[in-house]
Amino acid sequence: MFEQLDALLLARIQFAFTVSFHFIFPAFSIGLASYLAVLEGLWLKTGKQLYLDLFKYWLKIFAIAFAMGVVSGIVMSYQFGTNWSVFSDIAGPVIGPLMAYEVLTAFFLEAGFLGVMLFGMNKVGKKLHFAATLMVATGTFISAFWILSVNSWMQTPVGYEIGANGQYLPGESWWDIVFNPSFPYRLVHTVIAAYLTTAFVVGGVGAWHLLKDKANLHARKMFSMAMWMAAIVAPIQIFAGDMHGLNTLEHQPQKVMAMEGHFESHPDGAPLILFGIPNSEEKRVDYAIEIPKASSLILKHDLDAPLAGLDTIPDDEEPPVGIVFWSFRIMVGIGFAMLGIGAWSLFARFRKKLYEWPMLHRAALVMAPSGFVAVIAGWITTEVGRQPYVIYNLLRTADAASPLDAPAIAASLLAFVVVYFAVFGAGVWYILHLMHKPPHAGEYGVKRGDTGPIRTAGITPGPSQNPGDPDTLPSNHEEATDGR
Amino acid sequence: MDVNVDLTVIWAFIIAFAVFAYVVMDGFDLGIGILFPTFDVGSERDRAMNSIAPVWDGNETWLVLGGGGLFAAFPLAYAVILPATYPLIIAMLLGLVFRGVAFEYRWRDPGHRRYWDAAFTGGSLVAAMAQGMTLGALLQGIEVVDRSYAGSWFDWLTPYTLLTGLGTVAGYALLGATWLVWKLDGVSQHHARKLGKRAAWATLVLMGGVSLYNVFLNAEYAERWLTAPEIYFAAPVPILTAVVAVMLLRALSVDRHSKPFWLSLALFFFGMAGLGVTMWPYVVPPGLTIWDAAAPERSQIFMLVGVAITMPLIIGYTAWAYWVFRGKVADEGYH
Repeated sequence: MFEQLDALLLARIQFAFTVSFHFIFPAFSIGLASYLAVLEGLWLKTGKQLYLDLFKYWLKIFAIAFAMGVVSGIVMSYQFGTNWSVFSDIAGPVIGPLMAYEVLTAFFLEAGFLGVMLFGMNKVGKKLHFAATLMVATGTFISAFWILSVNSWMQTPVGYEIGANGQYLPGESWWDIVFNPSFPYRLVHTVIAAYLTTAFVVGGVGAWHLLKDKANLHARKMFSMAMWMAAIVAPIQIFAGDMHGLNTLEHQPQKVMAMEGHFESHPDGAPLILFGIPNSEEKRVDYAIEIPKASSLILKHDLDAPLAGLDTIPDDEEPPVGIVFWSFRIMVGIGFAMLGIGAWSLFARFRKKLYEWPMLHRAALVMAPSGFVAVIAGWITTEVGRQPYVIYNLLRTADAASPLDAPAIAASLLAFVVVYFAVFGAGVWYILHLMHKPPHAGEYGVKRGDTGPIRTAGITPGPSQNPGDPDTLPSNHEEATDGR
Repeated sequence: MDVNVDLTVIWAFIIAFAVFAYVVMDGFDLGIGILFPTFDVGSERDRAMNSIAPVWDGNETWLVLGGGGLFAAFPLAYAVILPATYPLIIAMLLGLVFRGVAFEYRWRDPGHRRYWDAAFTGGSLVAAMAQGMTLGALLQGIEVVDRSYAGSWFDWLTPYTLLTGLGTVAGYALLGATWLVWKLDGVSQHHARKLGKRAAWATLVLMGGVSLYNVFLNAEYAERWLTAPEIYFAAPVPILTAVVAVMLLRALSVDRHSKPFWLSLALFFFGMAGLGVTMWPYVVPPGLTIWDAAAPERSQIFMLVGVAITMPLIIGYTAWAYWVFRGKVADEGYH
């Protein structure tokens, strides 16, 4: 029995570790792919070299982030089977097809056009290249669509039947399954989060270079674009998050109870606990700083509305309160800090000092990685808040694991930890190295060492080391002469 | 036979197609990784890498379709095979991590390029070996009780699985070498052709070894290959394989372009067909048939619509991406 528990905990840690590490990269590449599409679109529209330079600057970073996202993502697609085989067997008929759709409509699209996006500008011409960039950006969004549908179904399962063999089977309508109750909220909240994450990375890099040289036009442009995103999107995100919270209250009340730290029911208006230390043993929040009735106001839009607490939930169905309580506050705190930066930037812009205020730039620099922290904290909130279930109210996490012994999982977990920190640590280091270099006019694209990008045989040698240089576009289109 | 049966067969072929597409497409990527240490540092390695840099990611996606498709269409098989081969799958995934990032990292960090080149080779080798051994573990049979893997820790490690693992490594090396014959020229092409010949012999010997072993492995397999009337259906596979093998060895001596690659592909195709003859109708021998493991009809139909719409598009734009990067990989240093 004890052995089982150990294996289960290890499997959970392994999944949490690999999925958290993985999600850092898509959180960045979903936003960055769109940013690249915007930059290339602006370049095509205005013809300004500045946009092309920025495009190439961020393309190099995108290439690394995307590669890390791909290799860590393949791990995820197999881990359902390796570590959660009972879950895979039982839920496969419902969520398997959604994941198959993700592969068919998103992964192939991204991967198929990525090569052209990275290396093909002087082979296919500007417009087709832009189309490839758009396809990659679209692919990242479609991927988010399907995987969030899967996750949302696990949070708010509907539209299923239970088969004679114990499997969950799809019901009449796939529409109900795909567009399950929490999906639209989670999709909006997560995709905006990816955009904000990227905006703060771009803004942070811009700020870093402005601090060194406030005349750098490239740094100015990226900082300005990022701050517009922060100013406009951070408030939208807070609103979307609030909507998502209300949806959670409706469908997964104990998750909200844990987020709020409400161990007890409040029949006439629940307080909003700003800070405190949840004490699950004693079922109370120690040292709580509260705003009376504010939680009822936020969640029910009524100061005196009653709110049930965890005392209404059987102990064996409660999520771990401490983790959810804290991760939720970290996410929300960062959200409001982002809002603050956005407002500050608007004020600076209004005073025509956007590029002049080092304090703003320093703050933006500090906030550069904040999106990643917020995104991971948000996922911890929603995933831990669903416990002890893996499929809410249907399948317990403890009943979903593979029949593996603890030492096997311990060994694989150790291998993942070592490899991920080494490999992705190196990748992040390379990205930081690229970000450290100031963006400049005549920026190089994704360069391939001494060899240059691969070329079609038989064409006249041209300056293809710097794809997209106006002099070399559009490229040669002579037929290959290698005898095919 | 009701509708469900036919859909299940269709899905078995779709998964087989995805696996085949993965094996041959990522096969040459992994093969180049396996052969990488034998290439000269500098231009030869750079060109070998650049010949696959724009396409490896798309190639690897077929592995996700193979795995994801298995999960969706045969969830029980997915839930049994992966725990049964747990260490192999984890090793493959970690190998693919090293292999995948090496594509980017080696250009970012010339000072440590040889380490990332080593990671590229190590990752490719581990992934190839693990894939081959997983196939072997599947063919030799997986013990299933109550919809769950019931074997022990090291069932996947036998002389047979080592043989299938080595066969896969050799086969991938053959694909990689013949791809490079196509994409390179000059001295490097000569080098690739030499490697291709060795890899071809190794592949043929190991393929033959695995085939013979199969006959002794399982009475049912033997019956399928050696008794009438099955033998009339099965016999063309080894005969055609032998024909392709002879053509391949000849082509490796004379052809300067794509012919050895296409013949290697044909070799894999007949290997896959042989596999189909051996396993059919089991998805997890000896106990689970494709019908035992199949997803319900509603799941199959829903996905089939998706496949019918997207697969032609996927094949279309994948072919386009290959077309964009067609031709020999030139060495810019010479111009």
